[in-house]
Amino acid sequence: MSTFVLLTITGLGLGAMYFLIASGLSLIYGLMGVLNFAHGAFLTVGAYIAWFADSHFTAIHSVTLRFVLAALCGLAAGAVFAALVELVLIRPLYLRHIEQVLVTVGLSLATVALIQGIWGNDSRLYALPNWTSQTTHVLGASIPNDRWIEIAAAVLLLAGLLAFLRYTRYGLIIRAGVENRAMVTALGIDVRRAFTLVFAIGGFAAALAGVLSGVYFSSVDPGRGTSLLIFAFIVVVIGGLGSIVGSAAAAVIVGLLQQYANYYASSGLGDLSVVLLLAIVLLIRPGGLSGRAAT
Amino acid sequence: MSALLQVEGLHVHLGESHVLQGVDLEVAEGGVTALLGRNGVGKTTTLRAILGLVPRRGRVTFAGERIDGQQTHRIVGRGLGYVPEDRDVFAGLTVRENLELAMRNGSARWELVYGLFPELRERGRQRAGTLSGGQQQMVAIARALLNENRLLLIDEPTKGLAPALVTTVAEVLERIAETETALLVEQNLAVVRRLAREIVVLDTGRVVHRGPASDLDDRALVHRLLGVA
Repeated sequence: MSTFVLLTITGLGLGAMYFLIASGLSLIYGLMGVLNFAHGAFLTVGAYIAWFADSHFTAIHSVTLRFVLAALCGLAAGAVFAALVELVLIRPLYLRHIEQVLVTVGLSLATVALIQGIWGNDSRLYALPNWTSQTTHVLGASIPNDRWIEIAAAVLLLAGLLAFLRYTRYGLIIRAGVENRAMVTALGIDVRRAFTLVFAIGGFAAALAGVLSGVYFSSVDPGRGTSLLIFAFIVVVIGGLGSIVGSAAAAVIVGLLQQYANYYASSGLGDLSVVLLLAIVLLIRPGGLSGRAAT
Repeated sequence: MSALLQVEGLHVHLGESHVLQGVDLEVAEGGVTALLGRNGVGKTTTLRAILGLVPRRGRVTFAGERIDGQQTHRIVGRGLGYVPEDRDVFAGLTVRENLELAMRNGSARWELVYGLFPELRERGRQRAGTLSGGQQQMVAIARALLNENRLLLIDEPTKGLAPALVTTVAEVLERIAETETALLVEQNLAVVRRLAREIVVLDTGRVVHRGPASDLDDRALVHRLLGVA
């Protein structure tokens, strides 16, 4: 029983990270039709800036405060980097999907190379507050506290995104834009501002995933974004392109499936089972769990 | 009467097709100008080209200013309302959200819209995708009317509607035409006769006839231009 609980909470923590990356990917594709292969770069930049800031905030003695401030720097960096990518690289290639893919793939590779050039190829250790590595006992299982942080962050982001989509004018524009971007423009709305905003939100969420992956693995490395991005893409497709709720549900399913398969079947089968799940969903329900809607 | 909208030498290529081959037309301020023609001659494309929704070449002047180099949202912001051919309501949004999305400033004409379409007030919280075709058409027209526009581009507002609804929509358009200027694409000649002051007829991407709406009383002309008796 305790093992099952541990696997479940760990799977939910992993799913939470997938969701943080997938939410932005899904909104970006749903609204703009951009398959953003550079999304992992937002994650990596956020994670590295948080690590860099943390290592320079030496005047702050509280490890927790230092980590929180460093994390905020990482999130801001992810959001700003993503917004700049949209403004400088994606906007000139509006509706040129092949070129967008080439640019985002190139940017992804260039970002990894740049980070390797600046900080090397080795992992960089995160200086974390002690309580993140302690455990909480639930139904006989000792759950590492970082899992709760990841789950809480994902739940808060999900609630925040849904509230944003439902109660703000930009949320309304994004929901409408996912359905019919041309008609939004024909109503006199400059949909490009929504594009930039969606990129910034996606960059923020990806950077949050980057920082939390640093907490989960206790370190960050240049390939972190690329490795997590693959599963985030799978989550987006299973959840339904453009659907935040669908991405959340798919992230939970993928995270749990990976953990259960790795433990109960065979170590290493987790990734394969996720790919099989993707194939089954595409065969049975090509539009994903929720279809195409920004909900 | 001065021309509110002037279109000169408008060309549109869609894929391999040269859809508009130098359209020239004018819409005078006040009243309804009907854009007529057989299926596939470029009526809808003309409206979309005026709005910049399709790549186009040519000169489009609105209220004395060239708009052909501008982006769609800026063109619409100058005071053009658009009712698209297939309604294009946002199915996942509620009726109220569809209308709120269309608000361009704080002075939305809710009373006018709800006066014309009281049903939309009652159905404010219903998802637009669950409305009937006629109700969706009301939403599409209401969206355009919510803002004060100098020109409405209305594309086949009665298409696919039951006869009773055609009458209702025609009555609403008649009321609108008393105060607004409109360029109307419409296949239903009875509706055109009722609303239009001027007509422009397109054929294979070119204007082949311009004149007063009374030209529609000439059966031979109508048969020649539109292929109907």
